[in-house]
Amino acid sequence: MEQTTATLKGIIHPYEHYGEGLTQPIVEVKGLNVFSKNAQILKNIHLSVPKNKITVLLGPSGCGKTTLLKCLNRLTDLYSDLRLDGSIFIDNEDILNTPRDITEIRQKMGLLLQRPFPLPMSIAGNITYGLKLKGIRNKKILEAKVEKHLRDVALWDEVKDRLSHSANSLSIGQQQRLCLARGLAVEPEIILADEPTSALDPISSKVIEEEFIKLKNDYTIILVTHILRQAKRLADYVVFMYYGEIVEHGDAEEIFNNPKTALLKHYLESGY
Amino acid sequence: MRKGKKRFEEKMFRYLSAGITLFIVFLLLHIIWSIASKGFAALSWQMITDEPKGGFYFGKEGGILNAIAGSFYLAVAATILSFAISLPVALFINVYLRKYPRRANAIRFFLDVLWGIPSIVYGAFAFTIMMFAGLRTSLIAGIITVAVMIAPIMIRAMDEVLKTIPIGLQEAAYALGATKTETAFHIFLRKALPAFATAILLAFGRGIGDAASVLFTTGFTDYVPSSIQEPAATLPLAIFFQLGSPVKEVQSRAYAAALLLTIIILVVSVLTRLLNRHTRQS
Repeated sequence: MEQTTATLKGIIHPYEHYGEGLTQPIVEVKGLNVFSKNAQILKNIHLSVPKNKITVLLGPSGCGKTTLLKCLNRLTDLYSDLRLDGSIFIDNEDILNTPRDITEIRQKMGLLLQRPFPLPMSIAGNITYGLKLKGIRNKKILEAKVEKHLRDVALWDEVKDRLSHSANSLSIGQQQRLCLARGLAVEPEIILADEPTSALDPISSKVIEEEFIKLKNDYTIILVTHILRQAKRLADYVVFMYYGEIVEHGDAEEIFNNPKTALLKHYLESGY
Repeated sequence: MRKGKKRFEEKMFRYLSAGITLFIVFLLLHIIWSIASKGFAALSWQMITDEPKGGFYFGKEGGILNAIAGSFYLAVAATILSFAISLPVALFINVYLRKYPRRANAIRFFLDVLWGIPSIVYGAFAFTIMMFAGLRTSLIAGIITVAVMIAPIMIRAMDEVLKTIPIGLQEAAYALGATKTETAFHIFLRKALPAFATAILLAFGRGIGDAASVLFTTGFTDYVPSSIQEPAATLPLAIFFQLGSPVKEVQSRAYAAALLLTIIILVVSVLTRLLNRHTRQS
């Protein structure tokens, strides 16, 4: 295994893996290392995420997928014992070494976590919060945005009569869709999703997956999952990780039908 | 054999703990009973509506409106002031210091120590400062002293609420582009506000019932204060002074004051519980 990854590291070049259908990268990670107090969580990550595709970070639990995702909008700032080193370019700006305010950069990315965390506000308030932070106060614009984004996630018909009710009154599947809509409202370019269906029932999961497929026309989606079948359903581009390293990455078809490394072959067969 | 020993252990502890519980409850009921039985006799409409007449130590006339009003002014103002001090501290520990749990825990430790400091120390400390600054006893001095005294209680009670907010909510707020300050005041405060009622009432109860911290700072007077620069009477001190009187009737008036104070604190405690239940349900 040592040798495989070593040779792979040697041949991986940010642009090399762009196949025919893949467009300009929107996120580029270069030489990212993440250390915690007594371990290295991510090792020398090089990654380019193509625009308007669903990129799936795949791998067994504990392999660093979530950490990598959280590095992308610097939520790692919340944890004092994490040390980051390397560069992450988003729209050609290195967000790890930028003088610019991180909150602006974070608004380029919508975030969907493992379980929904609705803000302690009304349903409409959840959608408009990010917009109000941007300084948008016009009631008509806000109302229009609420409707638009709730329609985006197929929630409008279910909640249109109780927009002023607390978001906690929704079912967990509805809450997760609300969280997606809330992220879309700030008009991000990228959607970061960390196992977004893991707490949901099958029907809500299906709705979220269908939304992702629709949304990729307008957004770039980075999805963390350990569900192999979900990855197969959604992925355009796959990054397979194992113990903090990227073992293999490429177009979904290539990865699933023609795995090159023994680790990936084993993972695809056994699921761990 | 072993089984028998276990059963004995089980039984002994059951009876022992039940016995001690009963003893404590009995003691409490006895205190309430003795206050009530002695206080009711002296309690009259005049007691709550009049200022004392004919000198406090010896006068049997008039009421304790001075102490009731003084205690309310003091406790309400101190609670509001304390809330203004406590809120930023509690939010700071839980939003800004979430990243540094060690520092947060150090602050929590100091607050717990402050909680344990006897209130007379707060009173004496404030008095020293007042003497240095050439200030006389006044309502405002008492308000500040009591506010500082109950702040650790309020901060820790708020902190316990804020601690339960999951880090995911903080991540969600950050991801929407909220700064730390916006996260603290829009998200954390709103999420925790219903449960803060408990913290506020807890601190209020402590503030209104404390005698030692106001002894040197608020002083005592027979009149309802008309400005915050005047000294003011308080219920705990009214009890203290009246109990020290050689006149029997004045002593029983102390029990009436104690009864009033107990009722106020009881109402506050019940209110706290009801609010607590209400917020937990919703």
